[in-house]
Amino acid sequence: MIFALVLLPALAGLLAFALPKPALRRGVLIGTAIIHAALTAICWKFSPAPTLNEWLALDAAGLLFLSITSGLFLLASIYAAGYLSQEANRKFTDIEEGLLFDNAPEAVFIGCLLLFLSAMTLVTVSQHFGLLWVAIEGTTLASAPLIYFHRHHRSLEATWKYLLICSVGIALALLANFFLGVAAVNSSGENFPIVLPALLVHAHDLQTPWLKAACILFFVGYGTKMGLAPLHTWLPDAHSEAPSVISALLSGAVLNCAFLGLLRVQQIFVGAGMEQFTRDIWIALGVASLVISAIFIIGQTDYKRLLAYSSVENMGILALGIGLGAAGAFGALLHAINHSLVKAMLFLLAGNILARYQTKNISNVRGLLNATPVTGALWLAGFLAITGTPPFGPFLSKFTILKAALDLGHGYVVIATIFLATLGIIFVGMATAFLGMAQGEPEKVTIATNDSKWQIAPPLVLGAMVLWLGINVPEPLANLLKQIASTLGGAQ
Amino acid sequence: MIFTKLILVLLVLTNLKLLGSSRVGSSIRVVAAQGIALGLLPVLGHAHELSIRFGLLAAGTIAIKGIVFPWFLFRAVREAEVTREIEPYVGYVASLISGVAILAVSFWMCMRLPMPASLASSWLAPIAIFSIFAGLFLIISRKRALSQVLGFLVLENGVYTFGVGLAPQSSLLVEAGVLLDVFVAVFVMGITMFHINREFDHINTEQMSQLKD
Amino acid sequence: MKIELFIPLLLAMTLAPLLPGIINRTKAVFAGRRGQPLLQTYFDLWKLLHKNAVYSRTTTWIFRAGPMLGLAGIIIALTLVPFASFPAIVAFPADFFFLACLLGLMRFVTVLAALDTGSSFEGMGASREIFFSALVEPALLVSLVTLARQAKNLSLSIIFPAVSGAHWLDAGPVLALVFIALMIVLLAENARIPVDDPNTHLELTMIHEVMVLDHGGPDFAFILYGSALKLWLFAALIVEMILPPLNSLWLNLIFSIGGMFLLALTVGVIESVMARLRLLLVPQLLVGAGALAAMAFLLGLR
Repeated sequence: MIFALVLLPALAGLLAFALPKPALRRGVLIGTAIIHAALTAICWKFSPAPTLNEWLALDAAGLLFLSITSGLFLLASIYAAGYLSQEANRKFTDIEEGLLFDNAPEAVFIGCLLLFLSAMTLVTVSQHFGLLWVAIEGTTLASAPLIYFHRHHRSLEATWKYLLICSVGIALALLANFFLGVAAVNSSGENFPIVLPALLVHAHDLQTPWLKAACILFFVGYGTKMGLAPLHTWLPDAHSEAPSVISALLSGAVLNCAFLGLLRVQQIFVGAGMEQFTRDIWIALGVASLVISAIFIIGQTDYKRLLAYSSVENMGILALGIGLGAAGAFGALLHAINHSLVKAMLFLLAGNILARYQTKNISNVRGLLNATPVTGALWLAGFLAITGTPPFGPFLSKFTILKAALDLGHGYVVIATIFLATLGIIFVGMATAFLGMAQGEPEKVTIATNDSKWQIAPPLVLGAMVLWLGINVPEPLANLLKQIASTLGGAQ
Repeated sequence: MIFTKLILVLLVLTNLKLLGSSRVGSSIRVVAAQGIALGLLPVLGHAHELSIRFGLLAAGTIAIKGIVFPWFLFRAVREAEVTREIEPYVGYVASLISGVAILAVSFWMCMRLPMPASLASSWLAPIAIFSIFAGLFLIISRKRALSQVLGFLVLENGVYTFGVGLAPQSSLLVEAGVLLDVFVAVFVMGITMFHINREFDHINTEQMSQLKD
Repeated sequence: MKIELFIPLLLAMTLAPLLPGIINRTKAVFAGRRGQPLLQTYFDLWKLLHKNAVYSRTTTWIFRAGPMLGLAGIIIALTLVPFASFPAIVAFPADFFFLACLLGLMRFVTVLAALDTGSSFEGMGASREIFFSALVEPALLVSLVTLARQAKNLSLSIIFPAVSGAHWLDAGPVLALVFIALMIVLLAENARIPVDDPNTHLELTMIHEVMVLDHGGPDFAFILYGSALKLWLFAALIVEMILPPLNSLWLNLIFSIGGMFLLALTVGVIESVMARLRLLLVPQLLVGAGALAAMAFLLGLR
């Protein structure tokens, strides 16, 4: 079952490289996405057995992130099929500098997209830290060609930065793996493989100095990939230059994969009773991300970069939540789902806007509500959701995290205040951008085609899900989140 | 024992050479030599318990790092038709001195960690960490994309050194995965480099500063 | 004080001018020439000592004192270095530091004398000499400190017997690095290729030679003799580091002298197969030597 989840997209990806016809390739993409999502859904009902010496197993945290990934990928692949049929085999004029450019071959795009899904799936099911590392590096490598889909020099610059910064970060995470291997001794002083269950069993025997050194390197390595400030520098570039559907997957799924990597580390520290050490790091990185993203969101002129910085902000919120113990962790996990849904929706909508207005500049986009009522309305809904306005899901999760901070008392009130203040600043910054884009009269130069069903349906579904999560968190999901949160927060 | 030490010294020397060298071609050869030396490290370091795992690992490492990468990178250089590094952000003599300082810091750091008994040599951990820092230094201080890739390889070699010497219980599957990842990483970087060359007419990353806030 | 302790000093003072002869002869053989006689330096010294010195009216007593002080400095330095199985005449803890100071003194008086002439050429040579020696000195000191650390003693007379021979089996890489560093120091300090070309007569590329252009007669003889002694001193440091001490005193002495000649031969080979480095690349080489020494020191700590 687990093998099927990982290998199906990998094989389909290799197949896509070989297939001759575009229609066939798109069929493979959507078909694989549907089967993958169906398999994931089955996993909720029947828990798959661990394989490969328990190196691959689907635990609660893995299931949560697998579901997010699989669901997003399904919607994104539907959007991508529509997107590709528009983009296929054309020469394009660069919207910023007027250069001619073409796109990467579609076979490469779809093949990499499917390999990307395979790598992300492997992240969620890996219990062995080495395998986890291989998978996370795999996501970087599979997604680099996707960012360089539009072949011009800005996307090239973004790809290079993404590749180099993430690869270096992740190489440090590999070192952390070796450190963890050294730290992993049982009570009789023998080394054992760095598999999560074994590490939890022997958590109290682990060698503390090596464990702490490993932890710091993990935070540097996976933190880079997750986009936590000050290691986020690749993120705005990659997100703004990639095709919108890829931005949606990067924000909604890849950042979560790195987050999951760090959650595994947190689980060890909780098991060893040393969570105070990691908590301080989580909170420091979280606050830094919030503050830095708030600074860059104010006065941002490019709406895709705006969304990218919003991702940095939300990763900060996740980190902050984990740093606040079990209650905060519950909020953080809920927020991870909410953020994935909203951010994917916003990036897909940004793709629609880009296709219509041919500009990424906020001040050049006017009158969305008049020009494309559905996209415009969803864009406004997405804005309300991402800034944490009721009744959408993020309100609930942000509120949970805030409450967790206030419940801890004393010193944490300061953190809660910073949290609220940055959220306020970001609300103002995003409101200026989004409201300006939605209102007013559209200029005549916009391309007057109606958005196709392919481009409207996925964001619509995502929006509906966020709204639903805001009104009512379903029982099985709440139980799952509680179960994971208890492994992340320790005894309260 | 003495072989391990010699390889480790070779590692430091090659890193210092890279820090102080301006020629791209010789830098590629130095990195290749480093790759081969590292491939031999597990074989010579664990000679008493030689197994298929170490044999495969050594063969794979030497093939990829000693033969495939240099060939691939030389191709990239030929495409770019430039062999001299452009003046880096940090000069070569300054880089060399920084390298020695980094070496000192690495030794100091490793004195503060309790070393496990499985360690092949007491030099292994500090030299591995030195390689990692040296690689980072190369990536930060050099402007050309190719030099940055070499820096990444040096960094990766450092991590690998640590892995070979310190984590005896690691498995073939994971090591093969790591090797595969590095291979694909360099492959993708090489292709990107080719595109950078085509797009900007050179592989100098200094010009890539359009995306910023 | 036993009188036999002076044997190494006497040997040095008599045999040192032979070393440049060996180097030149090696180079000549490589170039397919017959070359100068081996004893050419002795002939030169003899000739110079029978000439009168000519002093420019712009120079002061500093110019005249320079060569004598320099020669005195290097002879005192030689008393600090052990040779074969003879300990040094003067030995005390941290005497290697004193050794570096004496070499510095020698350089200082030479540079002062060069500056005293007021010639722009000599000023340029002095500036280069100081710049390069500022880079060489750390390499020398760190190398000696590393050896001291290996021998766990601070006196040269104990350090060198302790690190040579069997110690190479334990700390081979460390000693090999020190050896390479000291070799570069030797080439640089004695103005040999690849740092400086002793045969060149282009003032623009010379370093050491240009400083002593204005000296003549006995003064120049002192300078020539001093530089031969300096070459002997550095060669002695390297040979002592490598050669294992043997039981027989006289056998040891013969081996050591043979080692000195072999080293001179090696320098000759190096000079024949290498070209002088561009002036801009010299600092890189010297810093490289320092880096090797520092690396040896760090490796030696563990």
